[in-house]
Amino acid sequence: MSATLHVRVWRGGADGAFREYEVPRRESQTVLDVVTHIQRALDPTLAYRFACRVGMCGSCAMTVNGAPRWTCRTHVDTVARDGTLTIGPLRNLPVIRDLVADMREFFDKWARAQGQFKGRRTRADDFERISPESEARRRADAAIECIGCGVCYAACDVVAANPAYLGPAALNRAWTLVNDVRDAAQPERLRAVAGDDASLACHTHMSCTERCPKALSPTAGIAGLKRAVSRAALQGKL
Amino acid sequence: MSRALALAHRLSGIALAFFLPAHFWVLSRALELDAFLAWTEQPAVKAAEWGLVTLLALHLAGGLRVLALEFLPWRDWAKGLAALAAGFTVAAGLAFALAL
Amino acid sequence: MSRRAETLLWVAQRASAAVLGVCVLVHLATIIYAVQGGLTGAEILARTRGNTAWFTFYTVFVIAVAVHAPIGLRAVLAEWFGWRGRARDFALIAFAVVLAGMGLQAVSGVFA
Repeated sequence: MSATLHVRVWRGGADGAFREYEVPRRESQTVLDVVTHIQRALDPTLAYRFACRVGMCGSCAMTVNGAPRWTCRTHVDTVARDGTLTIGPLRNLPVIRDLVADMREFFDKWARAQGQFKGRRTRADDFERISPESEARRRADAAIECIGCGVCYAACDVVAANPAYLGPAALNRAWTLVNDVRDAAQPERLRAVAGDDASLACHTHMSCTERCPKALSPTAGIAGLKRAVSRAALQGKL
Repeated sequence: MSRALALAHRLSGIALAFFLPAHFWVLSRALELDAFLAWTEQPAVKAAEWGLVTLLALHLAGGLRVLALEFLPWRDWAKGLAALAAGFTVAAGLAFALAL
Repeated sequence: MSRRAETLLWVAQRASAAVLGVCVLVHLATIIYAVQGGLTGAEILARTRGNTAWFTFYTVFVIAVAVHAPIGLRAVLAEWFGWRGRARDFALIAFAVVLAGMGLQAVSGVFA
């Protein structure tokens, strides 16, 4: 193991370039450690995001050697096989500066997929009783842990090819709500996730499922949406 | 693996879409079938035929994988589907090559 | 195109795919079997001409192809060439008609 890492980091906006840094290599070092070292010791103008640094918040997601990852959970030993690292902002999103991507479109699409819960009851009503063992709740629970980190969105080839595609995270969220029997917005939601720019555009490359740091499977949720949407279309309910 | 298979699935689909009109045209001239069949004995044509059969098998295997992922209840075994599809393609190509 | 129409296109794509799954397997097996025996024009046509079962089979095959291929190309044209909208869809309908026409002509030539 060499004593230094050769690190290429994206600097600037969309028309920026990679700049090279030499970073001392340490045991159990993560890629976030590397970025932090560059900013503190080598170049204070480097812009990047992080928060918890323990694999809970998803803020530190970046492109490492071509793949989107949580940098706080990526050990340098796993990715820098020949002592080099290339770090850039998440793909498929506009770059604000350096390693910081503009997440607005990601969350706008979440809203466009009807990714918000709409309840039927008021505070005057009794609680709705949902069994966690029910089929629908199991399906929702399998997809519910998404924290909106954007890794799946960055990994998705269809997002890259179709700027209007809602993307795996937004559709995964819609899937959890389609399976929420308390939700009152199902007809609008099914309409939102139907069509060329929504669930039907997914080609099951499964990059989202492969890269999700929470081991979720947007592919499975999107397949469920495809079935729900086609059933609705055939029944004239879309 | 899934990404590579998906790309191969798309490229084979495009190739087949271009091939089919030519295939239909040749078949519609069934009266001259013997002359055409004589032409197909050439090694270059045999190789092209093998290519087409392989593309067809590949597209079918990739397509069955998509149908399985979209309509069957899967969990972890879905990952193996891409490899299965690739395997089927190789097998079909071999079968045709041996038959030639 | 409306969301409903786009969804029905997707359904048609998957339904024709399922039909083609069967047709292609049968077709591949038949071709490999025929190639093994070596074939002359007369031999092929003796087996196929007037054969109602095969005529029906290949008619269904051609129609399924005429549905499946253009819808497949629709996604490719949008994603790789940025071609979306009415003109693309009309071009694909034309392609579907051409495929169906040429295919049914071929089926008549071999099986009628």
